[in-house]
Amino acid sequence: MGEHLEFRGVSKRFGAIQAVDDVALEIRKGEFFSLLGPSGCGKTTMLRIAAGFEQPDKGRIFLDGQDITELPPNKRRVNTIFQSYALFPHMTVRDNIAFGLSIAKRPPDEIEREVAAMLKMIQMEDQAGKKPEQLSGGQKQRVAVARALINRPAVLLLDEPLAALDLKLRQRMLIELDMIHDEVGITFLYVTHDQGEAMSLSDRIAVMDQGRVEQIGTPAEIYESPRTSFVAAFIGDTNFLEGEVTSIDGDYCAVRVAGFPDLSCFNDKGLQPGNLVYLSIRPEKIQISRDKPLLDSRQYNALPARVEDVIYLGSTTKYGVRAEGHRVQVMRQHFRFFLDEKPIRWKDDAWIWWHSDDAFMLERYSRGDEKLVGLPPEKVGETQ
Amino acid sequence: MKRRLQEALLTGPSFFWLLTFFLVPTLLVFFLAFRPADPYGGIGAGWTLETIKALGRSYYLAVGLRTLWVSLLTTAFSILLALPAGYAVARAPERHRKTLLMLIIVPFWTSFLIRIFAWRSLLHPEGLVKKFLMAVGLAGPQTSLLYNTGAVVLVMVYTFLPFAILPIYAAAEKFDFRLIEAARDLGARPLQSFLRVFLPGIRSGLLSAILVVFIPALGSYVVPDLVGGPGSEMLGNKIAQRVFVDRNLPHASALAVVLILAVVAPLIAIVLLRRKEKPGVILSEDA
Repeated sequence: MGEHLEFRGVSKRFGAIQAVDDVALEIRKGEFFSLLGPSGCGKTTMLRIAAGFEQPDKGRIFLDGQDITELPPNKRRVNTIFQSYALFPHMTVRDNIAFGLSIAKRPPDEIEREVAAMLKMIQMEDQAGKKPEQLSGGQKQRVAVARALINRPAVLLLDEPLAALDLKLRQRMLIELDMIHDEVGITFLYVTHDQGEAMSLSDRIAVMDQGRVEQIGTPAEIYESPRTSFVAAFIGDTNFLEGEVTSIDGDYCAVRVAGFPDLSCFNDKGLQPGNLVYLSIRPEKIQISRDKPLLDSRQYNALPARVEDVIYLGSTTKYGVRAEGHRVQVMRQHFRFFLDEKPIRWKDDAWIWWHSDDAFMLERYSRGDEKLVGLPPEKVGETQ
Repeated sequence: MKRRLQEALLTGPSFFWLLTFFLVPTLLVFFLAFRPADPYGGIGAGWTLETIKALGRSYYLAVGLRTLWVSLLTTAFSILLALPAGYAVARAPERHRKTLLMLIIVPFWTSFLIRIFAWRSLLHPEGLVKKFLMAVGLAGPQTSLLYNTGAVVLVMVYTFLPFAILPIYAAAEKFDFRLIEAARDLGARPLQSFLRVFLPGIRSGLLSAILVVFIPALGSYVVPDLVGGPGSEMLGNKIAQRVFVDRNLPHASALAVVLILAVVAPLIAIVLLRRKEKPGVILSEDA
């Protein structure tokens, strides 16, 4: 396969803001690739550079091995779905969809055929004569997709296409986008700040922060083994505990967190004693029980804790507990809630425990750290 | 009931003003066109259609056509210049826009007449423009820059340009320029996206600009009088001659009626065009 759309050392600065900072990305043919990050992380600038609306200060962009850095937008085989859809208000749905082909001076009968096929694909044959202002948000979105796809671009660029839709519609359009991607088989470059969208649609995700790519990987890789504490905090909820590696035991190491007995943790990053780390544990990986669990302390870590709050969410319950001064979020899935011997309540004493493989250590190096981990421990679990 | 009264009190003064100083004089002009003139410059007794019939002479047809032609040329050049200007101001960084608009408006601070006399001295056989054109070989000693239709159009475009820029700017400022990006993204070249997306997008501002140039241009009198020659007289000049030289008010009135009808016709056409587009939109909503 090889790379398809490639960013090579791309940088872009707007005044004092370094929007994109030396980014290298290789997007494969047919891939659904997401750029995920908070607003202002540079993801939209990346998309605009790919579309040709912005010129990078440094670096090159390649499409199928061809350098397209200098090409104007109309010469690039990429099309964009804009966040606002940017449908032409003075044209009907049909004329909007036909725009690309009519600019390319294709024969009228061919345009008509292609537009009819697109209208069929987006199931809007009966709305072809309407103006954009008469359409609902979801319909506008579909027209925007059809208007872009009719040009058979090599890459479809999507700039937060679902942000303007309400939740229900967003979920439906999410499925539709996924189906369209499977159907047309072209590369999608999808920009979003919504981790849920990125996780559910993408083959791979690049998490961005402050103009840099923090991590590239499949949704599972990014969730289960985040490379930096920024990624860990941005994707899903997580608990952070400040600690220090004290000893190594095979694949595992002992981490000392103030007030706790040494915790056992899988040492995937090959850390050495003395390394300062953040221990990160996803709330759903932590178990909670009234009694002390009988477990092998080399594989499991168990701590006594006091329940400070209980939030019942239907399928799950969220517990906020305090263990030796550390605030820890615990998410519990209900398998057999009412059959539990006795539900755990507010102010109860309980035990929390997790498997050594389920925690991960993050070095205290990434630039997002001060912002995220400098918060008082009580706040960390609640930033999401 | 109270609201009605408030509305009447608020609109009353302007209604009264327009009635007294616009509608009544216009009706007077209409009536005068059907009265005979007396030899001393007054109005004779009775009614007559002779004056109206006199307008059928080919001489007037030529002046009328020239008025239309000069006004159309003025409108066309003004719009052609105002489009890029309005576009540029609307796309300029916001902190620069006020300055640019000021630069467009500043010439208004000098009297209209003084600016026309400035053009006269520029275009004069001994003037700067003539000398420059001769120096670069574009004009011979016999070329006249003044007292012809070209000079009239030039000075009229100069006069009306700001009026064309402002409504186009107002529409362009509200235009969503992401649409241009969308057009470029879909394969349009810069000019194509300008013609197929930007122009339709500022349609109402464009129509306003055409109106505010074309209508006053039809009634021009001062510009052709000062920089035009006998071959570039317009209807406005004829009306003035009938009043000041011939002292024939009915004749002047008849010409004025023709001019008024010529002005009202495109106005109605554009109002109808807009109504078809968006019901209930009033003429100069965004001018």
